[in-house]
Amino acid sequence: MPAGMLPVGTSAMPLHAYLTLAATLFAIGLFGVVTRRNTIGILLGIELMLNAVNINLVAFARFNGDPAGMVFTVFTICITVAEVAVGLALVILIFRIRRTVIADHLDLLRG
Amino acid sequence: MTDSAQFALYSLLLPAGSFLLLAVVAPLRRSGRPAGFISIVFSAAALGWAVRAWLHSSREVFQPPLLWEWIPAEAGPLATVGVLADADSTIMLVLVALVSFLVQVYSLGYLAHEPAQGLGRYYAYQSLFAFSMMGLVLAPNFVQLFIFWELVGLCSYLLIGYWYGKPEAARAAVKAFWTTKAGDVGLLIGIVLLWQRTGTFDFLELLMQVDAGTLPLEGLGLVTFCIYLGAVGKSAQFPLHVWLPDAMEGPTPVSALIHAATMVTAGVYLLKRTDWLFALTPDVLALVGWVGAFTALLAATLACAQSDIKRVLAYSTVSQLGYMMAAIGAGFASAGFLHLLTNGLFKALLFLGAGAVIHAVGSNDIFQMGGLRRAMPQTTIVFLVGALSLAGIPLFGGFFSKDEVLGAVWAGGLTAPFVMLVVTAFLTAFYMFRVVFIAFFGEPASQGHGAHVGAGHSSAAHGGTHLQDPLPTMALPFWLLAIMSVGVGILFTVRHPEHEFAAPGWLTPLVVTVSVGGILLAWLTYHRRVVDAERLAAAFGLVREAALAKFWVDDVFEAMYRGALLAFSRAVGWMDRYLVDGIVNVLSAWTLVLGDRLRRMQSGQPQDYVYGVALGLLLLLVLIQWPR
Repeated sequence: MPAGMLPVGTSAMPLHAYLTLAATLFAIGLFGVVTRRNTIGILLGIELMLNAVNINLVAFARFNGDPAGMVFTVFTICITVAEVAVGLALVILIFRIRRTVIADHLDLLRG
Repeated sequence: MTDSAQFALYSLLLPAGSFLLLAVVAPLRRSGRPAGFISIVFSAAALGWAVRAWLHSSREVFQPPLLWEWIPAEAGPLATVGVLADADSTIMLVLVALVSFLVQVYSLGYLAHEPAQGLGRYYAYQSLFAFSMMGLVLAPNFVQLFIFWELVGLCSYLLIGYWYGKPEAARAAVKAFWTTKAGDVGLLIGIVLLWQRTGTFDFLELLMQVDAGTLPLEGLGLVTFCIYLGAVGKSAQFPLHVWLPDAMEGPTPVSALIHAATMVTAGVYLLKRTDWLFALTPDVLALVGWVGAFTALLAATLACAQSDIKRVLAYSTVSQLGYMMAAIGAGFASAGFLHLLTNGLFKALLFLGAGAVIHAVGSNDIFQMGGLRRAMPQTTIVFLVGALSLAGIPLFGGFFSKDEVLGAVWAGGLTAPFVMLVVTAFLTAFYMFRVVFIAFFGEPASQGHGAHVGAGHSSAAHGGTHLQDPLPTMALPFWLLAIMSVGVGILFTVRHPEHEFAAPGWLTPLVVTVSVGGILLAWLTYHRRVVDAERLAAAFGLVREAALAKFWVDDVFEAMYRGALLAFSRAVGWMDRYLVDGIVNVLSAWTLVLGDRLRRMQSGQPQDYVYGVALGLLLLLVLIQWPR
């Protein structure tokens, strides 16, 4: 076992602490997504939610001793980066066309 | 003998083949005259086989027919198709094939100036008609008969409307179709009712049931009446005769073939074919006789007031059909059938002669003809032969059969119809010779030369300035028919077939006297001008008025149409517009309102959708956790 690593299934803090942190982070992210009027703010909220998921994955990997969770997390981060890039590109395009990034004004889907 | 049926089958299939060839191979049809030649060759072959079938047919009324199962069922086939070749059907087959062949040859000349496409279409229809009529004649059961019955109706419609660009022709075609259809509905009902009580469509089986006495008699009158209705429509009996004069809008050869010699006699043929069935219902038979005699008289009256040569002939056809029906109604169907055959010959002859005149003069109006005797001697002779046959002069085609019909009606005890028919015989001679004296004798009408008045069709394009006898393609057919007309007349005058009934001795002299009287009156009036035509007309003031108005039969139909039918259509239209459409409209309005309410959910705000997604997710989670 490499130095500085705790054995599988042990931690300075119990699992529920990580889960609580993740849930809180997720809730904050969701709150941001729902309440922010600025599209970039909404994207940030989505980032928070994704990171909450990452924390969950890492925590379970740690406590179950299964490295698959870690691998998943690496993938998630990569995809998140791509997603943010696309998302921001979209926001810029929308801004060019509509001269606004306020979500309230982007109501083309209204029935 | 199945030989006969076999030959009849070949005869039936030949025109079908030529129709299919012309219908499927479009370039051939569009080529015009080659299409005509093909059709003529096929119909000549059909005529040959028909004659062979006739020579081989037995004299017995019913032959075991050549049958194929069509709708098989466990207890024997429900319907069959086949060929029934007996004495009646084969002689009729010969008549159909003969007139059809001659008319097709004649049409080559008559329609020479038609565009090629139209000519090909014409010959395709002609072949289809020949096939349909032969199928009708040879039908061994009611189902096949009905199918071909409708097919000939279709051909009649198509050929009347051959010049469909002409509004009158299109109208006449539709009128003919609907009027005969009114009768056909009756026929169909009759056939189904008959099947309901006997369980068979087959003539032979029905005949066996009649002979064995197992056919239920009560209510049979309704069945025969319904079947008779079909004959009323097809054979232009009062009151459904109105379509036949209008059908003259078609080309003259078509009038000769379909509306004089063959199709219109289908009703008479049907009644002849099933005379053993009608014999069981004397009431209906008496009705047939009365209506026939009345139709004969009515149409003869109408013919006297016409100035259109084809309409005169059309009314004379209606009148002669009335004769045939009267003989059948008197219970002697073979007398009517004999008249059908001779009428087929000389009426086709008259129409072909009239066609030659119309072709040359370019008009149907007899007052624009006049003095054609010098310019068209051949046509004059054959027309005279036809007119003498129709008038019933001895040695000519119609003499013996007319005599036979009148004898049959007298022997059948229908005294009043007999009197009507004798009056009709007088009128027949009168109106035919009125046409002969006005059109062929006397002085040439000044406007007759080159005047194309009233001839909306292409024969007007033909140079009318040189009046002369037609080319051999047209002359040959009517000469053949004339020779046959006279031949049949002489044959019957010399060698009487034996009578089925005892006709009184005074009958023949009476009929001849009456006919000669009619000719004499026409001669005095229109040739010698001893009797003033105007005064003669004035003497029959009211009758003349009525005849000019076609006895208001057309008006009655029109009133019925405008009154009853249109009112009914309006009521139905109202129901459709407000009841049926109303329900649909209410449903669609509700859908619209519901959709309108639902669409408010779509705010277009991304965050609202996120709420939705979050709520949905929550709901799913709760549902998963819900204890069962």
